[in-house]
Amino acid sequence: MNTNLFRVCPETGFQVHKPGERLMKANAVAAVVFLLIGGIYGLGVGLTRWPAVHLLPADQFYLVLTAHGLNVLIFWIIFFEIALIYFCSAVLLNCRLATPKLGWVAFGLMLVGALLNNYIVLQGNSSVMMTSYTPMGADPLFYLSLILFAVGALIGCFIFFGTLVIAKAEKTYEGSIPLVTFGAMVAAIIAVFTIVSGAIILIPTFLWSVGLVAHIDPLMYRMIWWAFGHSSQQINVSAHIAIWYAVAALVFGAKPLSEKVSRTAFLMYILFLQLASVHHLLVDPGVSSEFKMFNTSYAMYLAVMASMVHGLTVPGAIEAAQRARGFNKGLFEWLTKAPWGNPVFSGMFISLVGFGFLGGITGVVMGAEQINILIHNTLYVPGHFHATVVLGTTMAFMAMTYWLVPVLFRRELVMKGLAKFQPYIFGLGMTGVSLFLMGAGTLGVPRRHWDIGFAGTGMTHDFPAAAYTMLALNGMSVVLAVIGGASFCIIIVASLLFGRKLGEEKSSPALAANMVTDKEYKGIGLGGLTVPGTLCLTLIFFAAFAAYYFINWKYLSQTWGIS
Amino acid sequence: MSILSPSDKVWWHEPIEKTELIWISIVFVWGVFMTFMMPYWHVVGDQNLPNETYRVTPEQYMAKAQSVVDQFTVGEFGPQKIPVVHPPAGSDVYLVARLWSWWPVLELEKGQSYRVHLSSLDWQHGFSLQPANINIQVVPDYEYVVTLTPDEAGEYSIVCNEYCGIGHHLMLGKLLVVDK
Amino acid sequence: MSPQDVPPQNEEIPFMQRLLDNPFILLFLGVASPAVLYLIWGIMEIVSIPLGK
Repeated sequence: MNTNLFRVCPETGFQVHKPGERLMKANAVAAVVFLLIGGIYGLGVGLTRWPAVHLLPADQFYLVLTAHGLNVLIFWIIFFEIALIYFCSAVLLNCRLATPKLGWVAFGLMLVGALLNNYIVLQGNSSVMMTSYTPMGADPLFYLSLILFAVGALIGCFIFFGTLVIAKAEKTYEGSIPLVTFGAMVAAIIAVFTIVSGAIILIPTFLWSVGLVAHIDPLMYRMIWWAFGHSSQQINVSAHIAIWYAVAALVFGAKPLSEKVSRTAFLMYILFLQLASVHHLLVDPGVSSEFKMFNTSYAMYLAVMASMVHGLTVPGAIEAAQRARGFNKGLFEWLTKAPWGNPVFSGMFISLVGFGFLGGITGVVMGAEQINILIHNTLYVPGHFHATVVLGTTMAFMAMTYWLVPVLFRRELVMKGLAKFQPYIFGLGMTGVSLFLMGAGTLGVPRRHWDIGFAGTGMTHDFPAAAYTMLALNGMSVVLAVIGGASFCIIIVASLLFGRKLGEEKSSPALAANMVTDKEYKGIGLGGLTVPGTLCLTLIFFAAFAAYYFINWKYLSQTWGIS
Repeated sequence: MSILSPSDKVWWHEPIEKTELIWISIVFVWGVFMTFMMPYWHVVGDQNLPNETYRVTPEQYMAKAQSVVDQFTVGEFGPQKIPVVHPPAGSDVYLVARLWSWWPVLELEKGQSYRVHLSSLDWQHGFSLQPANINIQVVPDYEYVVTLTPDEAGEYSIVCNEYCGIGHHLMLGKLLVVDK
Repeated sequence: MSPQDVPPQNEEIPFMQRLLDNPFILLFLGVASPAVLYLIWGIMEIVSIPLGK
């Protein structure tokens, strides 16, 4: 091992490969920049939907909505994920990152793709939404920019796999890879399928846009595009669950309740999570009910089961660690005595609860083949995915960033007081966005729609007054969420520029808790159960899930006969 | 610790925590139940989308729709004078989606079933019947045949809920349901 | 856990653990499963849609 290429992290004791670390930093910084850009577009969307404000004219609204989706759903999240998988391989395995030079090529391709995409969308002739359904067409450079970005991301995934190979060959770890690295690997596996699917459909579509291919079948486009579009969100799920496990370990020194259960749950993701791409085709022509039912249920809900298992094992690991450290009273002392002022923990916990209660339940319910008739393409859909991708993924990534800034950049966070509140501001705003969009969607309000008053159509349709109230409340929640998101960007950028340099000094309080020992774990719990509080929380979750599931079947039974 | 390799070399044989076993059992049974619910609704429920779909060109589709409009037009709707079509109960009726209108205005009888054909002449559109809140994707080159049975008389709106360009929010249609 | 339950550390690694420790088999499964169950099945369905009358 060439010692010049490594430094020992004073916080964690890991051997950090400096060329790899520079790549992690570059990808993480790019991620935050695109979050900032995408967030500003999001403000434009929210304020236009707010009936009393109705900020932008129609053409600009559709432009901004396209740009918002691409910047936050693709660029922010994938840049961060590349940083994360590099971190989970090279740093956690004490290994050198495979081919850093190729890593810069990947980074360059992604950056050029993302910038070109923003440029071309801002030109105004590619307001086709993220989905760009054919036969509606965008500028050829629109597809090309996405292809460049995807190729870069694919190279990043193979650098991750290459690093796993090196770590094994150079024996930088013993036995199995850590659970967090395993979760990152699941994200990378899903990313490979995602990006390959994207290539299968975007390359022909690019050729169609320049006139080299005569026809793209619109139904085939939908089928294959969603193997890309939906699976990319499954990368996020795996990545943010890896972060949940990481935060449980870093903040509490927790070990997983059972490696076997957590890893088997991840295996269910590998096998079945991507089948959920069919969620978008449940009311499409030409696709049989058998295909829809099998895929929408992720083969008997095995991937949903996996998510619910993670939903127990992560807080369960935290509960066990907290009880082992002395917070063993009653059902919930472990939770009330948790470090709620630490944004690394509070962000992660908001992500866990928001993803489970808001994102998870609604996703499974609307993914039931027939219930989807009630919600397809209504505002309910963006309501749902703001709970999964923003409250779940983005919140978790923010929490992880608070931890990564001192560790990778060796800078102390600035504005710690604001950082303490930031997850709550952003979490509350985004909870509002999610709930009010879903509320409006339940009342039938369409998504991606500039004016639900239908002025200028010569006809009228009156949505219930409650729908307008929901959109106004959504607008206010957007403002709150943007304040939270802007605070995050300001804190991070200011910390990188002006944060006190930490050098070789260890942060206080420690950034990585000591591991809870087997001796400490002895004799914890209540009534024969090690983590009774978590079980109690999951049972509440289950009751909410079941109730909401049956309510929706009841709604469905009240509409017209459809056969 | 999850950021470190498992301390035991062989972790597959570690006992599973009791809380985990309880929860896994609950969620597994729930998953089986939810899997069963969808085919069950196909048998007992009244709201199931069919599989019946055909490949069609926009010209063929428009010709079929025109022929129904020619036979069964009973009036006009709104300033655009969209034909109002009152087809016989149980018959095949055609709804045309195009930039940016739904054509014609269908007039259906409450409690009767109709084979409603859906297709687009240009881009993708979204059939969103309000306030019944029935949402179906409309894809060009494909003709979807859905049997609808209105359960209440009134004036319904067809909102387009698939983004279809700059006039998307102007794409509004009507569907009338009358008592027999 | 009583001492005799503790598996000896030189024990043969079980099949499932070896599977979960092999990133490339998992990568294969993670691409093959959705490719067959979703993409190939789905494409077959679309290709077999009949022509309209």
